[in-house]
This record gives sequence, C-alpha cells and structure tokens, in this order.
Amino acid sequence: MHVTSSVREPLVLGGKSYHDVTHDIARRVEEKPTKLWFIAFGISLVMLCLGIASLFQTWRLGIGVWGLNKTVGWAWDITNFVWWVGIGHAGTLISAVLMLFRQKWRTAINRAAEAMTIFAVFCAGSFILMHMGRTWLAHWALPLPNTYGSLWVNFNSPLVWDVFAISTYLSVSMLFWYIGMVPDLATIRDRAVTPISKACYGFFSLGWTGSAKHWQRYEQVSLILAGLSTPLVLSVHTIVSMDFATSVIPGWHTTIFPPYFVAGAIFSGFAMVLTLMLVTRKVYKLEDYITMTHIESMNKVIILTGSVVGVAYITEFFIAWYSGVEYESYCFINRATGPYAWAYWAMMTCNVISPQLLWFKKIRTNLVATFVLSIIVNIGMWFERFVIIVSSLHRDYLPSSWAMFYPTIYDVGDYIFTFGLFFTLFFLFAKYLPVVNMAEIKAVLKSSTDKPDHNHSH
Amino acid sequence: MEGNNNKYWKGVEELQSDPSFVKNAHNEFPEYLPVSANGSEADEISGTHRRDFLKLLGFGVAAATLAACEAPVKKAIPYLNKPEEIDPSVANWYASSYVDGGDYCSVLVKTREGRPIKIEGNKYSSVSKGGVSAKVQASVLSLYDNERLKGPQASGKASTWADVDKSIKSQLEEIAVKGGQIRIVSSTILSPSTKNAIADFSRKYPTTKQVVFDANSSSAILQANQITFGKAALPSYDFSKADKIVSIGADFLGTWLSPVEFAKQYVVNRKVGKNNKKMSRHYQFETILSLSGSNADHRSPIKPSQEGLVVAELYNIITGASLSVAKSGAAHVEQAAKDLLASKGKSLVISSSNDVNVQLLVNAINQALGNYGATIDIVNHTNYRQGIDADMTTLVNEVAAGTVDAIFFYNANPVYAHPLAAKLKDGLKKVKLSVSFADRVDETAAECKFVCPDHHYLESWGDAEPKKGLYSLVQPTISPLFKTRQAQESLLKWTGTSTSFYNYVQNYWKANIYPVQTKYLTFVEFWNHALHNGVFELASTPAAIPAANLDTASVVAGINKASKAANGAVELALYEKVGAGTGNQANNPWIQEFPDPISKVCWDNYLAVPASMAKAKDWKQDDIVKIQVGLNTVELPILIQPGQAVGTVAIAIGYGREKAGKAGNKVGKNAYPFVSTTTGALIYNTVVTSIAKTGETRKVAQTQTHQTIMGRQNVQESTLADYIKPNGKNANGQLVGDMAGRFVPMVSVAEGGNKDGKKAPEDISIWSNKPNPNMAKNHAWGMVIDLNSCIGCGSCVIGCQAENNVPVVGRQEIINAREMHWIRIDRYYTSDAKAGDYSNLEIPSENPKVVFQPMMCQHCNNAPCETVCPVLATTHSMEGLNQMTYNRCIGTRYCANNCPYKVRRFNWFSYYNNSTFDYNMNDSVGKMVLNPDVTVRARGVMEKCSMCVQRIQEGKLNAKKESRRPLDGEIETACSQSCPTDAIVFGDMNDSASNIAKLLSVEKEGRAYHVLEEINVNPSVSYLAKIRNTKA
Repeated sequence: MHVTSSVREPLVLGGKSYHDVTHDIARRVEEKPTKLWFIAFGISLVMLCLGIASLFQTWRLGIGVWGLNKTVGWAWDITNFVWWVGIGHAGTLISAVLMLFRQKWRTAINRAAEAMTIFAVFCAGSFILMHMGRTWLAHWALPLPNTYGSLWVNFNSPLVWDVFAISTYLSVSMLFWYIGMVPDLATIRDRAVTPISKACYGFFSLGWTGSAKHWQRYEQVSLILAGLSTPLVLSVHTIVSMDFATSVIPGWHTTIFPPYFVAGAIFSGFAMVLTLMLVTRKVYKLEDYITMTHIESMNKVIILTGSVVGVAYITEFFIAWYSGVEYESYCFINRATGPYAWAYWAMMTCNVISPQLLWFKKIRTNLVATFVLSIIVNIGMWFERFVIIVSSLHRDYLPSSWAMFYPTIYDVGDYIFTFGLFFTLFFLFAKYLPVVNMAEIKAVLKSSTDKPDHNHSH
Repeated sequence: MEGNNNKYWKGVEELQSDPSFVKNAHNEFPEYLPVSANGSEADEISGTHRRDFLKLLGFGVAAATLAACEAPVKKAIPYLNKPEEIDPSVANWYASSYVDGGDYCSVLVKTREGRPIKIEGNKYSSVSKGGVSAKVQASVLSLYDNERLKGPQASGKASTWADVDKSIKSQLEEIAVKGGQIRIVSSTILSPSTKNAIADFSRKYPTTKQVVFDANSSSAILQANQITFGKAALPSYDFSKADKIVSIGADFLGTWLSPVEFAKQYVVNRKVGKNNKKMSRHYQFETILSLSGSNADHRSPIKPSQEGLVVAELYNIITGASLSVAKSGAAHVEQAAKDLLASKGKSLVISSSNDVNVQLLVNAINQALGNYGATIDIVNHTNYRQGIDADMTTLVNEVAAGTVDAIFFYNANPVYAHPLAAKLKDGLKKVKLSVSFADRVDETAAECKFVCPDHHYLESWGDAEPKKGLYSLVQPTISPLFKTRQAQESLLKWTGTSTSFYNYVQNYWKANIYPVQTKYLTFVEFWNHALHNGVFELASTPAAIPAANLDTASVVAGINKASKAANGAVELALYEKVGAGTGNQANNPWIQEFPDPISKVCWDNYLAVPASMAKAKDWKQDDIVKIQVGLNTVELPILIQPGQAVGTVAIAIGYGREKAGKAGNKVGKNAYPFVSTTTGALIYNTVVTSIAKTGETRKVAQTQTHQTIMGRQNVQESTLADYIKPNGKNANGQLVGDMAGRFVPMVSVAEGGNKDGKKAPEDISIWSNKPNPNMAKNHAWGMVIDLNSCIGCGSCVIGCQAENNVPVVGRQEIINAREMHWIRIDRYYTSDAKAGDYSNLEIPSENPKVVFQPMMCQHCNNAPCETVCPVLATTHSMEGLNQMTYNRCIGTRYCANNCPYKVRRFNWFSYYNNSTFDYNMNDSVGKMVLNPDVTVRARGVMEKCSMCVQRIQEGKLNAKKESRRPLDGEIETACSQSCPTDAIVFGDMNDSASNIAKLLSVEKEGRAYHVLEEINVNPSVSYLAKIRNTKA
C-alpha cells in the first residue's frame, strides 16, 4: 500500500469520494451550457470570424498585406508560430514527463494541458500554412511521391525537420490525449441520459467496459505514449530553434538555442496552463482538484525555466562580446539599444524580472498575482520570439538593407484568428469533454486525499 | 457400438460425381457467384453495379465541374507567312540612336518577334562607345506607353490625319498670305535631316522662325564661346585625357550634356591595377551632392552664388591675375588650382553655370592651362545644346502680345518646363494655329488646337549629328503601334511634299554626307554600312581657334553682382536627376521607380536640406514644408541630404507633371517655376523667400533607409598614396601597396591555425574539404565589380529590369521596403564617429565621402539560401550559379532571411494583371516589353538575380551549334552590358584566357575581395577595392 507522507499537502481536498469526483467533473459535461459559457464562446467565435475574414484577405491578396519586407521576411507569422508551439510544450511535459516521474499532482491538470497543447499546435500549424507564399502548394513540403520523378524535399532544411517535428508532435499528442480520455468518456457514456450523447460518447469510448484487461492495456499504452512523448518535449522546440540556429544571421546563429528554446517553451507553456486553469478552476469550481499545491508547483516550474531563459539571454550577450564578431556584437547592442529596444526590454521585464517575484511564497500562492504573472510571462515570451526574429533580421550584415518592420491590421487579424481558433476549441472542450482526468484523480484519491473526517456533504 | 456409416449428399450431383460439380467442389462457394475479382465478367452479364454507378457518378460530377470552370482563352497566332528576318525565339538586333532633344546615345535594339524589348549600347559609336544610361534603357518602355495618343486630335477631340492636315494646311496658307508670324518651338535638334525639313518648311512659309528651348539649358556656354571664339557651340570634352578635373557644379557623370560619353572617358583614368597605379584627380565644387561630386576625390560644398567666386579664385591663382572678387571660403580651391597648374594641357575645368560671366572665366582658365586642342575641342564641337534662353523669353512675350499666328511645338513642353509657363499658357489662347507634336496631350499640347502625335523613336526613321562630323541613324524597329506620324513627315506634308521621312533622310545623306566620304564607292553600300553600324563617323582634326580677349571688368562686375544677390539668404538650387531628367519620360514607371543614385528616393522629388539647417529649423525628414520664391510656392517633404551645402536647399526639376499619364501625374512637384529668368538666361538657382513647416508629413520613398556603412568592411577602400607604396603595413596596421585598404578576415582557432593561432575563413568548413567532382567542371560563371570605376549611375538597375521582367511596385511598396530590383547600388556615406560608437555611426558626415557598391545575388558556392529551402526550389548549378526554380517555390522566405546580402526579392502580391499595381504589367500594350526568355513570376514566389542565365544559355547554345566553347565577351549579363564604365566584368572563371580570370589572377593578392568573406559563403562575385586619389 502506498503511503503518502503527512508532510505533503493532499492532492485532492474536500474529502472527495469516487462518486463526488465523477459528479464534480462530469456534471459540467452533462448540464446545460451556462450563460457565462455562451458569452465566452460567443466572444471566441467572433474572434474566429474576424480572424477568418482577415485570413481570407491574406490569402486572396497575398501576404504582402502583412508588414514584412525584403529585409524582414518573417515577423509576426513565425513569432506566433513559435509562440504557439512553445505554449503546447507544457501539456506534453505535464502528461508525459511528469507521468514518467510519477508526479501525481499532474493528474488534475494534464487533461486540460494536453488539450491546450493540441489546440496550440493547431494554431502554430495554421501559421506554417499561412506564412507560405503559395499555401496551396504546402504539401510540397512533405516527401510525397510526385510526377517529377526523383524530386524530393530538402532534408538539409530545418523547415523540413519542422514539418516532421510538428506533425509527429501533433499526432502523438492527440493520441495521448484521446487514449487518456477513453475511460472518462465511458463514464460519461454510462451516465448519459440522451440517446445522442450516449451514442456519441459511446462511439468515442471505444467500447470501454472498465475490465481489468482494459485498465492494464490503458496503463501500458499510456506508458508507451509517455515514453514516446518525452523526447518530443525536447525535440520539437529544439528543431524549431534550429530554424534559427542553423542560419547565418547574427542573433540567430547561436548554439545555445536548443536548450534555451526548450526552457522558454516550458516556461510559456506553464504560464498558459496557469492562465487557463485558474479560470477553469474558478468557473467550474474545481478548487478541490486543482489545489494551491498545483498552482505552487507550476509556479516553481515557471521560476526555474524563467531563470534558465534569463541566463540564456545573458549568455547570448556574453558570447556576442566574447566572440569578437562585429555583426554578432552589433546585433545584441542593437537589440538592447536600437529601434526595437522597447521590445527587448519588454521581454527582459516580462521574462526575467517579473517571474523572480515568485520566489515569495505569498506571491506564488496568490491566485491574482499568479494569474497576472502568467499573462505577463506569455506576453514576454511572445516578445522573446519577436525580438529574436525581427531584431536580428532588420539589421543584419549589409547596412544598406537595414529596414524596419511595422505590423499591419492583417498581422493582427491573423493572430486574432488563432486566438479565436484556440479559445473556440478550448471552450468546446471545456463544455463537451471532462476537463480533469476523473480516472486518474480517482487513482490518487485514496493515497492523497484530505482527512476523511473533514466532511463535506454533496 | 457400430459406427454410423450413413452418407449424406448435398445433392444428386455429388452422389453422381458430376464433373461440373467435382470441378468446383473445393471452392468455398461451389455454386456460381456473379461477382468476380475484377468484375469484368459480371459487367457483361448483369450490367451496371453499385460500384460502377458510383464511379461513373464521380467521374461525371468531376467532369461537369471541370467543364464549368472557365479556362482562360489564350491566343497564339502563328505567322501565316513567316517574315524573312524573324525566327520565333531568335532575337534580331538593329542599330539605332536614342535621341531626346540634346540627349544622345547610339544604341542596339533587341527585338523579339518584331517587338523591341531591350536597348543596349552600340560599340561602333565613338561618342557613347557602347555605354547606355538608365534613361536610355528605360526608353523602350515609353514605346509601350498605352497613354500615348492613338491618333491626331483637333480641339481636344480625336480626329483623322486627313482632316487635321486639311485644316492645318489651309490655316497655314491663310497665315502665309497675310504674312502672319509662324514659330516652331523645339528642344535642341540633333538631326540634320530634321533641320533640313524645318528649313524646307520655312522656305514655304518664310515668316517661320525656329526657337530652341532646352529645359536643361546650357545657353551660357554657347554665349561664352560666341564671345571667346566667335562660335556659339558646345565644345567636345575629353575627360580621358585629363589628369586633373575640376568641375564647378557640372554633374558630368550624371546629367550634364552627355553623361554616358563623359563617364566612359572619365573612368579611363580612374581604373587602376597592379601595373597601372595612376589615376586622375577630380575636384568638385557644388551645392547638391551630385553623382559626380560623390565620385570626386575632393568635394567642396559651395552655395550657388559662390560658383563665380570659386571660378574667379581659380582664375586668379592660375593666371596670376587679381580680379577683385570676394573670397568664397570654399575648401580646396588653392590646392585645385595648383594641381591644375601642374597638369597644363592635361586638365579640364568645367562649369554648369548658366551665367555667361562664369563660363567666360572658365574658358579663360582652360585657355591659360592650354586645354584647348588637348582636352577640349571647340572646332569639332558638339550639338547637345543649342537653345539660347533669351530667344524663348522673347517668344513667350510675342505669344503673350498676340503677335504670333501659328506655333508648332516639337519635342518641347514649355507650358510645363518653362518658368514663364503661365504667361505662355495665357498667350497660347490668342494664337490662331497651335500645333503640338507631343505623343500625348501633355501640358503644352493641352493648350494647342491640334495635336499631331509623333512616333516614338523606336518607330521612326531619322538621323543625328551629336558631334560635328559624327553621324548617326535612327531606324524603326517596329511598325507604329498607334496611328501616329513622324513630326518631320507632318511638317513636310504641310509644305506640300509627300515623301516619307525615310526617303527624305536617305536623300539628305546622299546629298550631304555621302559625298564627303571616300570609304564607300556606292551610296547603297555607304547607306547599308551606316545603317548596320548605326553610325557613320568622319575623321576629325582638332585645331585651336584663337580666342578673343576677356573683358575682365564686366565679368568681375557680373560675378560680384551674382554673388551678392543672395545676401546671406537661403539659396535654392534646382537640379536634374539621373533618372527623371527634365521630366520627358515621367510616365515611364521604370524611371519613376529608379532610385536616385544619391538619395535612393523613388517616385518623388523633395526639398534636400543640409543636416545643419534641419537641426536649426527643427525639421525632420518627411516633414512637408512650403517653399516660397517670389510669388511661387511649392509644398514638398524634407530629405536631409548629407553633402548639401550649408545654407542651401535643392529641388529636382522634372517632377510634378500634370498631364504625363497615370504613372507620372502628380509625382512630386514642379520646380521649373523657380528657375530664374531675371538675367535673360535660365538660372537654375534662386534665393528663397521663405520656407515654413506646414505641419503635415509625407514619407519620402527610399530604397535604402540606412545611410552609413557602420564601420563595416563590405566596402574596402584606400588612397592612391597608400596604393603606390611598397607592400606592407602602415603605422595603423593597415595594408598598403597592392592590397591597400584590404581587410583580410582571420578567425581564431584552437588548433591548426597559423603562428597567431588564426585561420582563413575558407579553411574552416563543416563541409567536406573534397571538392565536389561535379562542381564547375565546365564553366564557373562569375563577376568582378571594380568599385573604383563604378560611378553609381544605376544604368545596370534598369538594364536588369528590362532584361529580367522585374515588376514595378509603386511608391507605397518602396516605402514598405519591397522594391523588386534584382540589382541595387548600395550607397554609403562616411560618418565622423569613431568605430564602435554605433549610435553616432548612423549619422553621416556633413560633407561625407561616398561609395557605391552594386549588389546582386553573389551566387555563393556555399549558399546559405540553398540549404534552408525545404523544397529545393533554390539549388546550385554545376556552373556555379545559384538558381531559382520558381515553379517549385512555396514561398517560405527562409532563403531571403538567410541571405547575408539580402538580395532576394519576394512576390508579395501578384504584380501582373493586378490593378493595384497599374503599371506596364497590367496593360496589354505595356506587357509587350516583356522578355519572352524570362518567366514572369507569380505571387508568392521568391526571385533574384540569375546572372542572366537565359543569356548564358543562349551563348552556350550558339557556341554548341558551332562546335566550340563560348568566347569570352560573347556572353554578357544585362548589368555588365549596361555599365557605361565597364565596372562589371562577367565571364567564365574557368577559362584562363577570359578577362575575368586574368583580372582575378592579377588582383587575387591585390584589390579583389569577397563581401563578407568571414562567413565563408564563397561568392562567385568579387569586388575590387576602391582607391581614392585624395591629396594628403
């Protein structure tokens, strides 16, 4: 029998029974959508529609509607792409790595985090498609048989690595998420009262009966997928970082990028998980499942990764000076003092300075402070990518081509599209699927719950 | 227990072992099933099945859908009878001459399937010697200007030639009968035949007087030479014979008289090499930073009012005279004078001033230096400018007074380009018969009763005599596109002669030129040779003409008066731009999008102000100011122009056209009204009454927004003094001698370095050191660009645009930094700041030194763009070319980001058939200029310099047909061909006999370097370091 030290905070509060768990979580799926949900979903849909209008114009007229130019060939498009991919990382880290390390606190947040991962990768993927001059030929980036005979993709190109990395990531994440949801879907199926929901949840629960054999296979598949996903946590953002690291552009051509990007991804991912979970927790009254312990743990991850990122920023500067390379040195001086210095200092403030506040227990256990900081971190991480991409490109080798990038309404509109997409999907998820993994919560319930005498009536 | 032996049969067939049953007994379904694996049998028996129905349905729907899509109908009509000279896809070349007023260039016209598509220089001409300028290159697009008139107009309405001829002729006769005054206003006419035609016209209508009006007048030189030599002509200049050149305001490399010719001559003494370490020294005293000034070894900014003073100072020092003039205070005057004195007979002093007194002194200086007969030839004069400004002023007064009965405008647009335009415009209403030969209803034609549109020169017959005894022919290269008629033919028609101008020119040559030559025995032979070569040149013998004495007293009085006119107020200089010129080709989008060589501004003119004035007045770039001179005002944005003389501002003429066409209308503002006529001559500078900020702004569209080089080594330069030193290093550790000014990057390495622990970048590579066996086995195409002879004129930019179908994107897209030019001329100013002081390094000096660096795809052999393309749309050829496969490109722009030279250009939009980009590629006539050998790129595709791969391919095929290797010089890229100074050398680096290989082998340990050598991308383009001949 597993014994949890009494020193550890219990993971589930409120002395929940198995039935309480099922009821607390499944009722959100079963009840009619609330007014609040409709409002939130409506706003997301409006954003999505605005975004689609903007996207339509982008595709109709050409990506010249963005603010890019001969010097700055990527700006918001790839900034947003990297940002969304980075956000996705927390989901994978929570569900895969923490699972392998038997971190039980992950059970309350992994479902939503994984959903966030998948939706974020959708958004990231939409930027991959969007940023192409000829999106209608996007499939050429895949090694498909073709009428040209031996014409193949360029395996030297980091963009091709990206294609593999992102598609692998998306498929593994989706599989992991879905497999993990099967027992819960079966639970909802069993509780369903309308024939439609019975049929739908029944279809997707793959005939789950909860037999021992099912559980055993479920555990095995979870373990295998966790094993498969774990390297992805490192590889995806490593490969994304290689888009920059393998180039010759000062400010991009940096060997520190892979670990720095992975840390940054986890940093921003956890911030996004916090942003979403704090709201979900409040609205769905899940305080007993997503406890202060969870929030604190996530804040600790943020402070760690934030510091790693900070060290990386400083290391870059040191190497720029130490290398003696004129272009590299200027690139970093320009970052901190040039026309985009405001973006650089926004990044430094948001990513390096503000997370240090989390050293204070009072702050990291304060919901409002955590929420605000999580948003700040997300803003900061967006700026990080913007700084890396735009401030490196806009003044590279030959001063004659130095130029400025100014975003247009279509840059903004297409970014809004991904927000619309993300939140529309997330609200659909929050309404129609169990946001907390009931099965796994139940698994930790016995060993890590509140004292039973601390009674609640339900 | 007994076994059960009962046997059961499925049927009687089994019992009887029927053969047909036994045959199928082992099958799972022994009986016949009507579905077979391939279904074929079933079809025959049972007709249509569900699957087939679905297949057919699917096919039917797909077919119906496809049929519903309207496929664009494209017509390609083959020749029914193939013209003898035209082979589809083979270019025909014709020699002709570009003539626009006094601007002249002998050219070769490339035609494809009967369409002229490209202008190149004609090496047979001793004037332009194969050089062309941006304006000349762009002129082919003016041919396909859909806004040219499609036929004659009478009173603003379309008419027919018969009607127009009838009424003009009858009116002319009426006027002639009553003895009314007839005037022909033209720009300078180089054509002897045209002059003859006008003479014929004058004979028929004896009251006719021709008035020559040059919008960029040089009337003072004509008048000064009349006084000095009794001959109102421009001399021939020979910069190639001048060791010391002093120019006072004359931008002879950019706009003055005959820049292509002068540039060719100029670089003769500017090209240096290991074995030729000599070059001319060039002093420039000027107000604006001109192309010539930016190439000068010493440049002194002066106010326009100081021009006379500088010339007088030079005169005083050189002749020892003591004209009493005020001190100009300009730098380098004494030094220039001493240099001139040291090179008597091998020097040249020129001035663009339109003040006769200044030109008289310039003549006297050249006289004192013994330059006549050496670097200046007044006997074999040129005809580039023939207008005397006072004549035009007289005409305007006559017209205003109503004493003129008929007026003809031939290649002149004074209602736009003359400062007294308003007066002329009012007066024209009183003229009974006014006819314009303009090709469109321009500002002057709009005021005329008749417009009889002239052909474009590529549709015309004609001739030119740019220099005495040097004749040149103009021949048509296409049938007239519209119902236009040559102006000369119109004049002849109204005289009553109905010969074609072709016959007329031929007759003129037969009567006047053929007899004075001895080379050809028959006229046909003579004519054919002249037509083939484009030129016919008589030998000339230079001789000096005795000069009259200089009336110093009146000259000094004039100069002192002019210098005091400004009285310390802000002076305004009016200047011509290399591209826009006098504004004739304003509706040519290539010209409008041609970046000014100095300011890099397109699609606008502006008020150039020095930084000191901007600072004092708190003006920022792009602020709109209102400039007032007398009663005339103009509102223009500010451009802070380094090198602009303190206390002066400048505006380019040739902008602000009202009736040029959609590309040219309202581009910039018209500065001609500011040209001063107070002295009778057109003086291109004046004193500003006031300049005030309006509070509005207008972005000046520049293709280069960062002006300084930031202490980087992409342009390497030194001085002649260091270059002629023995090889070694100077006190500052910089290389001197053959490698003077060179920056040799070395990388510190942990192991395997030289004694300093360093390695050359090319020795450090993650790539295999083994050379690729397929790489550049046959050819290795490359380029060498001599920064010493590149004058930055930008001829290559337009040459490339014409050759490679580079789209025009318009002002807004230039502001968005999305110009499409495949080759650009990077222009850098020096800064006063110390190395490492980055924020101050961004600020150019008040009077900076300037360098030009043509930049195009460097065709790197370790190309960063190639490795990053996900779809292999950009790859390396086996001949060292970095090639773009447009069809394969999906437009990720990764290649452009990873290009250290930023030479890749992306099709952000569709630039053809797109009304947002309503230039030549959105118009069926304009598209005729497209080169059929080069793909028009689609939206979303990356493009860049291909090193004119279509020309390489053509050259290789031609050589292959003759079973030989391509000869050096046989294949030229558009840019190298266009370069009037031969600064760009293209060729096969594998061919040891080629120019480029020889040049590289000589300069390898010399001036040759790769830009950004330290990143080891191993470009195929090398640069030769710039050497300045500054006096220490």
